[in-house]
Amino acid sequence: MEEKCLCQPTEILIFPCSGGSNVGQIANETGVKLTQNGMGKFFCLAGIGGHVSGMIESTKAGKMIVAIDGCPVACAKKTLEHAGFNIDEYALVTDLGIEKNHNLNLDPSDVGKVTDFVASLISKRGEL
Amino acid sequence: MKIEILGMGCVNCNKLYQNVLEAVKQSGKEAEVTKVEDIKKIMSYGLMSTPALVIDGVVKVAGKVPKVEEIKGWIQ
Repeated sequence: MEEKCLCQPTEILIFPCSGGSNVGQIANETGVKLTQNGMGKFFCLAGIGGHVSGMIESTKAGKMIVAIDGCPVACAKKTLEHAGFNIDEYALVTDLGIEKNHNLNLDPSDVGKVTDFVASLISKRGEL
Repeated sequence: MKIEILGMGCVNCNKLYQNVLEAVKQSGKEAEVTKVEDIKKIMSYGLMSTPALVIDGVVKVAGKVPKVEEIKGWIQ
């Protein structure tokens, strides 16, 4: 594995809910795509929920927090807020016309749709 | 008290190390201060940014260099 210095602060932190449904996994895959496209960095929501001090302090060092929830249960949003973080940008997959079910064979076009939407949120904020 | 400075040796990591030494000196506390530059060990703390300061196994700060006074507050 390439050793990369972590001394450059991660500006944009992406927290998908990664829940156990199609929309939760679309949120997860969106976080992966955005990270691969250089839009931000996938962070560990479970680490926030687990009060892992390294995750909490690394998140404090970020400049923008982006939460992606699959459904209105809003676990990502609630977990971050419970830990005292303010969410800068927020996306809800079901708000984009994707119905929740428990089929984990994701439609790539759904992932693309959510990825484009969140990318546009991040880009708009970057223009402010 | 065990204090670890996590980072791969950049300017900020070294600055944090110096600040910790100064804070320990000023506070008069006994502490074992070590630098951790192994990326695998750094990642084991769940860190995504450095430098980081760990006191007795708890990450107190990451991604910035706290001032001496702030560090003294953690080790008093």
